[in-house]
Amino acid sequence: MRAYAIRRLLLIIPTLFILATMVFFSVRFIPGDAIDAMESRYETYTGLDREALEKQLGLDVPIFVQYGRWWRDLILHGTLGKSLFGQWTVEEKILARLPVTIELGLLAIIISLVIALPVGVYSAIRQDTPADYVGRSLAVVGMAMPNFWLALMVIIYPAIWWGWSPPTQVIPFFEDPLGNLGVFIIPSLILGTAMSADTMRMTRTMMLEVLRQDYIRTARSKGLKEWVVITRHALKNSLIPVVTMVGMRLPILIGGSVIIENIFALPGLGRLYMLALQGRDYPVVSGINLFFAIWVVGFNLIVDLIYPILDPRVRYR
Amino acid sequence: MSSTSGRPLAVFEPKRRSKMAEFFLRLVREKPLGTTCGIIILLLIIVAIFAEAVAPYPYRETHLEDRLTGSSFRFLLGTDYAGRDLLSRIIHGARISLSVGLSATAIDVLVGLLIGGATGFIGGKWDLVVQRFVDVWMTFPGLLLLLTIMSLVGPGILQIILILGISGGIAGSRVVRSAVIGIKENDYFLAAEAIGSPSTAILMRHVLPNIMPVLIIIFSISVGGVIIAEASLSFLGFGLPVDLPSWGGMLSREGRGYMEIAPWLALYPGLALTITVYSLNMLGDAMRDLLDPRLRGA
Repeated sequence: MRAYAIRRLLLIIPTLFILATMVFFSVRFIPGDAIDAMESRYETYTGLDREALEKQLGLDVPIFVQYGRWWRDLILHGTLGKSLFGQWTVEEKILARLPVTIELGLLAIIISLVIALPVGVYSAIRQDTPADYVGRSLAVVGMAMPNFWLALMVIIYPAIWWGWSPPTQVIPFFEDPLGNLGVFIIPSLILGTAMSADTMRMTRTMMLEVLRQDYIRTARSKGLKEWVVITRHALKNSLIPVVTMVGMRLPILIGGSVIIENIFALPGLGRLYMLALQGRDYPVVSGINLFFAIWVVGFNLIVDLIYPILDPRVRYR
Repeated sequence: MSSTSGRPLAVFEPKRRSKMAEFFLRLVREKPLGTTCGIIILLLIIVAIFAEAVAPYPYRETHLEDRLTGSSFRFLLGTDYAGRDLLSRIIHGARISLSVGLSATAIDVLVGLLIGGATGFIGGKWDLVVQRFVDVWMTFPGLLLLLTIMSLVGPGILQIILILGISGGIAGSRVVRSAVIGIKENDYFLAAEAIGSPSTAILMRHVLPNIMPVLIIIFSISVGGVIIAEASLSFLGFGLPVDLPSWGGMLSREGRGYMEIAPWLALYPGLALTITVYSLNMLGDAMRDLLDPRLRGA
């Protein structure tokens, strides 16, 4: 186990190095640079002193020198650099935007579990009954509906029928918890229902597999109530892979939040990313990419390391 | 019994059908919903191929006197801000979605087979190094990666097919790799190696036929995801060029732009998208159930 943990930690080093290099270069090779973007965005900027600006933003030196400076700042000063469009550093902006994305993501995960677990379990214990078919069909419909379309429908039709549209002004949670939830509930419902489809199918499959195990038969023949067999013995054991899968869906959740934040104009990381990408704000794009990537790498590592604790049958060599 | 024992046994052998025919027969018999969805997909493909003949109007033809009208006999699903017929645009959109979905998935399977097959078969250091790159690739949040690469290469149908195909293939290579490693454990593989069969012969005779079901499953469940990915990218303005009637692009430009006065512009392209992806997924599920019963409902 210890040898495995050390090997995993060592393997992270090359992964992170390749990752950082990729996020640095990919965005800098996009045609058109930050100054072009400034010129096209603000009419008044035409006729900028390009050379002076490039020097000021540090874009005048060859790209490999910029790459070296990026690493230097990252390692020596612990900073991801300054945005090309303002006086703030990338990490300040990420931290400022992070709460919105985290709240959206957490609520979406909770909603998806609240929907997926009961439906998945019920579908499994009533396998091949009409209830099972309805649950599974709904899951497939949920997977087929693109979340941006669902979001559009939620914005358009209530507005036409009842003159109601979802609130978009974010209220800080500690000022007005209910008002805050009111803003987040619809976007996270949309993200959550989309996620629940997959989770439900996984829950059902795992439940079906566990229900066929010998220890379930033993539990039943001991005369335990069906309710106890399902919750204590079956559900507990089928949840491990489900929880892991929810964690592994992190990259997909992040992708979904980019779309949802843009439609609902929520000031989270996804929206920041789109704006930075359009404005060619290199440090911000690289910074957010790196931030999410490290998050995912770290999460995968934690899952791998605690898996043997969750499921004692798993042993690492 | 004794009277029949002298007869040649061959008489009692069932009529040999080809494997393909056998498969489709089982599909129709055992999976009615999957079959229905398969028929829907077939119809969509026919409509996509003959879009010019099926669509009532060319997708670019404008009718300026009929801008933003609702459904009518002339324009079954209404018109957009330039008076273009929505139904015709959706029909041409089917061609785009399906061609992107099918060709990107074909590339996906090919890339997955090459990377996963090579790393799984050769193993060792080569496997370790290549898998690090695969790790990195899978670590990126998919959509962010696709957005960055699409802005790198610019919008276009060829670009999006290649990029969705290659990025899906890199992720899919993991599945192929573990399937290949599983095959290497088998006695027939060891035996082939022991008698000194050349690698290419082992690959063609033993590995490829045995991972075929895995490849077919990857193909059948990827098409829907690829179509949604293309629609998402086009929706965000990073996918197909604006002059092509892609469903995702229609939703974002016409749909969002005119949602208060012409909600149908946001309703129908999304409905087309949902029906297509739903049918593809159901067909894929049914095929997977038949090919690999262990994965039922996974």
